[in-house]
Amino acid sequence: MFEMLGISSQALFGQLLIGLINGSFYALLSLGLAVIFGMLNIINFTHGAQYMLGAFAAYFLLEYAGLGYWWALILAPLLVGITGVIIERLFLQWLYKLDHLYGLLLTFGLALIIEGTFRNYFGSSGLPYSMPAELVGGQNLGFMFLPNYRGWVVVFSLAVCLATWFVIERTKLGAYLRAATENPTLVRAFGINVPRMITLTYGFGVALAALAGVMAAPIYNVSPQMGSNLIIVVFAVVVIGGMGSIMGAIVTGFGLGLIEGLTKVFFPEASNTVIFIVMAIVLLIRPAGLFGRTA
Amino acid sequence: MQRVATPMAKESVRARSEMIAFVVMAVILAILPLFAYPVFLMKALCFALFACAFNLLIGYVGLLSFGHALFFGWAGYVSAHAAKVWGLPPELAILAGTLTGAVLGAVVGSLAIRRQGIYFAMITLALAQMMFFFAVQAPFTHGEDGIQAVPRGKLFGLIDLADQTNMYITVLVIFLGCFLLIYRIVNSPFGEVLKAIRENEPRAISLGYKTDRYKLLAFVLSAMFAGVAGATKALVFQLASLTDVDWPMSGEVILMTLVGGLGTLFGPVAGAFFVVSLENYLTTRIGQWVFVVQGTIFVFCVLVLRRGIIGEAARIARIKL
Repeated sequence: MFEMLGISSQALFGQLLIGLINGSFYALLSLGLAVIFGMLNIINFTHGAQYMLGAFAAYFLLEYAGLGYWWALILAPLLVGITGVIIERLFLQWLYKLDHLYGLLLTFGLALIIEGTFRNYFGSSGLPYSMPAELVGGQNLGFMFLPNYRGWVVVFSLAVCLATWFVIERTKLGAYLRAATENPTLVRAFGINVPRMITLTYGFGVALAALAGVMAAPIYNVSPQMGSNLIIVVFAVVVIGGMGSIMGAIVTGFGLGLIEGLTKVFFPEASNTVIFIVMAIVLLIRPAGLFGRTA
Repeated sequence: MQRVATPMAKESVRARSEMIAFVVMAVILAILPLFAYPVFLMKALCFALFACAFNLLIGYVGLLSFGHALFFGWAGYVSAHAAKVWGLPPELAILAGTLTGAVLGAVVGSLAIRRQGIYFAMITLALAQMMFFFAVQAPFTHGEDGIQAVPRGKLFGLIDLADQTNMYITVLVIFLGCFLLIYRIVNSPFGEVLKAIRENEPRAISLGYKTDRYKLLAFVLSAMFAGVAGATKALVFQLASLTDVDWPMSGEVILMTLVGGLGTLFGPVAGAFFVVSLENYLTTRIGQWVFVVQGTIFVFCVLVLRRGIIGEAARIARIKL
């Protein structure tokens, strides 16, 4: 039925799938940003660099330790999460009482350091990372061909997003987190170690970024600047969705990925800019963002 | 007891220390070409003006724009195009760049001031990135090549700017003129309202100020001055390229202002000279590590030197700079 528009269903669904994959990265990254912002009051500009670190961790694990994709899926977020904990202890903990903008500037500086260092050692061209053998090949769904790995990325990231949502919104730990976001002093008075919770929250948000990086490694090349352009798009996603709601971040992430995919089919020239245009429109119509609460 | 200064007297003491500092700065800048390479100085002056424009927003309204490269770079493109393709004289080319900055500032500003704080930074960054992609795709910017071999032309049809000394004097006059204008804006009743918004926006609103209008006007002015800087730089280097619209440029102007001192009058100038000289010195020696050095300075300034060089000096000397 799409043939009459001059577009094959193969191309359309292919682009929509890529859109969903990008969307799952947007969702994972904006989720991490939202969780970190909720607890630390810091917009983590290093997020893109940490996504890149996740991909490089997977690459190093394979090259130097012989550990494949499935190990990387667990170890890379853990390792990068630990570097996040170190960053929080070394730098971020001194900023909580200051204006938000200092957190943004410091994490921007850290992103420059991390990306600059990797660019010096690995240049700007990407390194290949092969797909896990179990997920090579694909399924013919009749209207399109679905590569197994891409299907896995969408399903798995959706599962991680929903699990995060469940932990934060439905468990006791999540209740502590939400309470500490609202009123840290009171929660401390109940005998809960809020500073440690803040540290671990940062580590967790960073681990989510690294996880997205591992999943991206077989699809895109592993390269030092893979995160720096992505983070700006993710910022736009965060502006559109608002950081007030976890589910909002997930829905906005996937939704914008799909919109981007559709744009690639119908108006490829605008595919780079469509998310920014959506952001401008949302700001005009609903300044607080789709899921944001008006201040 | 005699030393208790009345507000009026304090005001005049402050004005005096600032005026003396301004004269000292002007004299230094006038004789510097005897000791340093003029093209390097012109580059530093353009960035100093860019940083002053940026500081107008962050230092006096408390708004962190992460997209100022947009105004700087696009003003450069338009003035380069005007001088090369339309054959406009340099004064009109710079004017065209300035207008570009102001118009883009009005568009971006009216969107960005709809959200506060951290969102403001993200919106400006995103819109600047969007315009960067336009610059990559638009035919008149010549993509990766940029607009090259822009003629400097004759100022007012009389002064040949191909001469390095004439160009330097022109850049210096533009810089000092804009600097005084910014000084005037900051110390006007309008500037006082801006500072009130920075300190406590809800209170300014409760006093009856339409703060959105003030913020928008401040944004447009800041973008306009960034436009002057970008347009002038395009003429000095006879080049407008993607580097000037890309996000690292927005980061660089933040760095200059932060190093010099947010919200100080002379900080952005000192910061710009510091960063430009550092990069000049480093690129010949360690090349690629410049980003790492920049990042380290960011971290250091945020953790240790939040007032910046000039801010710290002013605190020690107990004067206002």
